[in-house]
Amino acid sequence: DQVLHIVPETFQQVQHLQHLCRNLLLDLWKPLLPEDIWAGEDVHIRIPAPLVQEAKTSLDLHMISYKVLIPDVQELVDQSMPKERSSHRQVPEGYVYTQYHPMEEIYEWMTEIQKINRELVTQHYLGRTFENRPMYYLRIRQPSDKTKKIIWMDCGIHAREWISPAFCQWFVKEILQNYESDPKIRKFLQNLDLYILPVLNIDGYIYSWEKERLWRKNRFPYLNGTCYGTDLNRNFNSSWCSVGASHDCNSEIFCGSGPESEPETRAVAQFIEGKKSDILCYLTIHSYGQYILTPYGSTTKPPSNNEELMYVAEKAAAALMGKYGTRYQVGSTSLILYNNSGSSRDWVHMIGIPFSYTFELRDKGTHGFVLPPEQIQPTCEETM
Amino acid sequence: DISDVGLKYHLELVLEDILDNDSTFNCTAEVLYHLGNKNLAPDVQFTIDRELKNTDEADNIFYNRIKSLEKELVAENIPDSHGNVPPEMEPIHLLAWAASGYVIWQNSNENTDFQLAQIKHVKQVKRSDEYLEFDYVILLHEMMSQEIIPWQMTVLWHPQHGVQVTQDTRQPKHEPE
Repeated sequence: DQVLHIVPETFQQVQHLQHLCRNLLLDLWKPLLPEDIWAGEDVHIRIPAPLVQEAKTSLDLHMISYKVLIPDVQELVDQSMPKERSSHRQVPEGYVYTQYHPMEEIYEWMTEIQKINRELVTQHYLGRTFENRPMYYLRIRQPSDKTKKIIWMDCGIHAREWISPAFCQWFVKEILQNYESDPKIRKFLQNLDLYILPVLNIDGYIYSWEKERLWRKNRFPYLNGTCYGTDLNRNFNSSWCSVGASHDCNSEIFCGSGPESEPETRAVAQFIEGKKSDILCYLTIHSYGQYILTPYGSTTKPPSNNEELMYVAEKAAAALMGKYGTRYQVGSTSLILYNNSGSSRDWVHMIGIPFSYTFELRDKGTHGFVLPPEQIQPTCEETM
Repeated sequence: DISDVGLKYHLELVLEDILDNDSTFNCTAEVLYHLGNKNLAPDVQFTIDRELKNTDEADNIFYNRIKSLEKELVAENIPDSHGNVPPEMEPIHLLAWAASGYVIWQNSNENTDFQLAQIKHVKQVKRSDEYLEFDYVILLHEMMSQEIIPWQMTVLWHPQHGVQVTQDTRQPKHEPE
């Protein structure tokens, strides 16, 4: 079966198309009914395989030009069906990546992912949250003798930004699912190891599921338990609390009682410090706003490798836009967003890791933090 | 920069109507942020280059549906945690958007960037006249401070007379725990 795209130019052509649809009982995809066909408007018709030749001949005879929109409908249908069971399951069956998942399910997912991809994936302990929950990251590594450079990505540093952990899960799934079939991914993993932390602020994430959807910080108590939470992205040791952060625990941008005062911050910082000579690129995923942000937030003075940082980020934004036309703005936080200090991205760059970016995913405020699940797939696909 | 008065910005924007197939139209605007009295809302003048889509039919359907409800409409958390809005609540959502635009305008300065994050609660208030009245508590997200600010607003609406915010007050934040 094929789907043809036709734009009838004259009334006669419209009439002929209507005729064709009714006589051959063709499946009109756009518009809904033959009577809605108008000159100058798009028409999409699905033509069953045995009638394709006859339909095309008729169109040619009437000088109606057409384009083949879908050359093989069945192929498309097959592609969109869930993959058949094979002995090499790369992803947990039934895990729906286009829905948001609570933390217990993410923990289970990590265990499953490692189990079914033993050659490529290992799960590692990073530390404990304040409420004593284990923090795990996944390492995706093609076995080899050589030490490889590392790309680190963390998601969910801010609890309410649900699209962020959804993206990390999607990312892992995409890499593993397409490892066999995509030479680009294999080449990538030949030279680089991927370290993915799907949820950094686990306590906060759980709190946003159970108590307050728009919670941002962690759940560390201050002032005798009258006030909760530090903004983990103001808690790193990069010009800590100098600008764009607050010493007041009630604030959403409370920087904590000191740099790295929070267990979650320490867990990440200690790990990255230990591996810093091997880490090539640090990515931290947030929402919303549609930005790719480069250092620094605490000063407008550009980082030493600013040209390179911007070049790579511009390329990324262009590639992203190529997918669905989504526009991302690129630049340093202090210039295009606002001043902030103590961010993980700034700290990572200050200790010598050359490439450090904050991604602010969709959207621009229409849904904000409460991005509907239908947008998970396009957001993740374009960001990928 | 207009000395002793404030800072005036001239803007040229392309706006998108998300209810009309993302069709776009051009807008030019002048925004004056007042020096001195920071509690004054910025002055806004604007023009758009074409007429907006006529929504009379949908307006009347919604209007009649609400007018004929036996019990006052009450709802919470629009959208819900996952970002979903039940179809019958979509007009309530859109009304809140329009009304929150007024509240945001009245409370904006050069250092604020507000977005409507969620409708926490909405309750219809029955009226004897032709207007529909809704009492909303919305959550505004402010980008610079990252704060979530609850705000109460009383909204009047009529298909021919449009939207009005008759009362609005900032609410204190409260910890559920």
